[in-house]
Amino acid sequence: MASYSTNEFRSGLKVMLDGDPCAILENEFVKPGKGQAFNRVRLRNLRSGRVWERTFKSGDSLEGADVVDVEMQYLYSDGEHWHFMQPETFEQHQADAATVSDATQWLREQDHCVVTLYNGYPLAVTPPNHVELEIVETDPGIRGDTATGGTKPARLSTGAVVKVPLFLNIGDVVRVDTRTGEYLSRARD
Amino acid sequence: MSDWRPTASQDALEARARLLAAIRAFFAARGVLELEVPLLGRAGVTDPHLDNLVVAGSPPRYLQTSPEYFLKRWLAAHPRAVYCLGKAFRAGEQGRLHHPEFTLLEWYRPGWDDDRLIGEVAELLAELGAGDAPRQLDHGACFAAVTGVDPHRAADAELRERAAAAAGQPASRWADQPRSICLDLLFSLAVQPELPAGVVFVTRYPACQAALARIADEPGRGAVARRFEVFLDRIELGNGYWELTDAEEQRRRFAGDLAQRRALGLPPREPDARLLAALHAGLPPCAGVALGVDRLLMVLLGAQHIREVLAFADE
Repeated sequence: MASYSTNEFRSGLKVMLDGDPCAILENEFVKPGKGQAFNRVRLRNLRSGRVWERTFKSGDSLEGADVVDVEMQYLYSDGEHWHFMQPETFEQHQADAATVSDATQWLREQDHCVVTLYNGYPLAVTPPNHVELEIVETDPGIRGDTATGGTKPARLSTGAVVKVPLFLNIGDVVRVDTRTGEYLSRARD
Repeated sequence: MSDWRPTASQDALEARARLLAAIRAFFAARGVLELEVPLLGRAGVTDPHLDNLVVAGSPPRYLQTSPEYFLKRWLAAHPRAVYCLGKAFRAGEQGRLHHPEFTLLEWYRPGWDDDRLIGEVAELLAELGAGDAPRQLDHGACFAAVTGVDPHRAADAELRERAAAAAGQPASRWADQPRSICLDLLFSLAVQPELPAGVVFVTRYPACQAALARIADEPGRGAVARRFEVFLDRIELGNGYWELTDAEEQRRRFAGDLAQRRALGLPPREPDARLLAALHAGLPPCAGVALGVDRLLMVLLGAQHIREVLAFADE
């Protein structure tokens, strides 16, 4: 893998730091008029999700990380592993619970998602930003109540629980933002 | 190309024009001569922390990182107060507060020392509307107040450990860093953000950070560099010295720079022979300072990025 100097650190670049793959978030150039230049860098550890702040001497370099985002289809879970497939090559990958993390609560079998591969193995799974899912459990809808702004919990077909407006019923399909877990709208059917 | 428009607003560029005129009026009223000096020189800088842009040719020429060497050669010939307001170039410096081509104001006062020159910098900044209640802080005192260590006396090992912690790096990765780099890091990351707002002069630097300032013994604490920096709202605006005038000492510092360049794997730079010859002929005792005009304008206008005050940035 190539190595990258501090002046090549751009947002999104994947590098190795302390043995973990990281994505660069921000890179600030700091230099006293007479003295050493530094780069103050914020990185996200792709394994733990934590954000690190490190300062490097300008010109220092880090090894690139073999990290790629690949669009895949979620196939099924056998209870221990979640299985994904690359649609073009039919190549399959399996990920454990720690890797799929919260993504499972938004994914139905056959849905597409992004699997981040590190050295060829799944490191993280990201569902689409917006998904449409059916309500399987909630209190009966209050007819016509579209204006009071009240909400109630609803369980979706994938197991996620989101707050939805009072007028919705079991069987309704809702559009949800997976990044915030918030209800967006009723899906047109 | 679609991005042909200026990067700065019309208001910012009108403010820039007024600022340049006010600076020239300030010096004209005080009888300080404006000198235009070359931007291209035959010599570059030996300082390992500055990198010249090199212009191909035979011989190659160096875009100057400041007008300092030309102004000092002027002073060796004519001991008369002089200033230069123009462009300077530093390779690889790019960011919110840095642009490889920038505008620098640099001036020299024969017969003055750093303390007297600080007074004139304060008067200039007050006249330009940057603040009229300047504060003066001792480098060692404000460094110790924030970090708990004395930058003049602390052991190298302790400074390395603190610098590694401030950088968020394991101590092992910081093991070979020279003292001066540890001091730079701690000052930039820890001390500078804690400086008071407004115009602040930080004075009397550790001897290892003298650059081109003279080193003088002070009663009770030994050798200190007669160097100061001026900050405006915690942004570094400029750097001044009671200038080194000893040609032999200058030659030794150039040699030290070159040794450090070799150690860091940087390209060598031939020391400026004409500057050394001028120092041999005799540079009068003097104080000098350089101020970044783009940054001053940024603070005056509340700009967040240097490109907001440059007519055409990143060309």
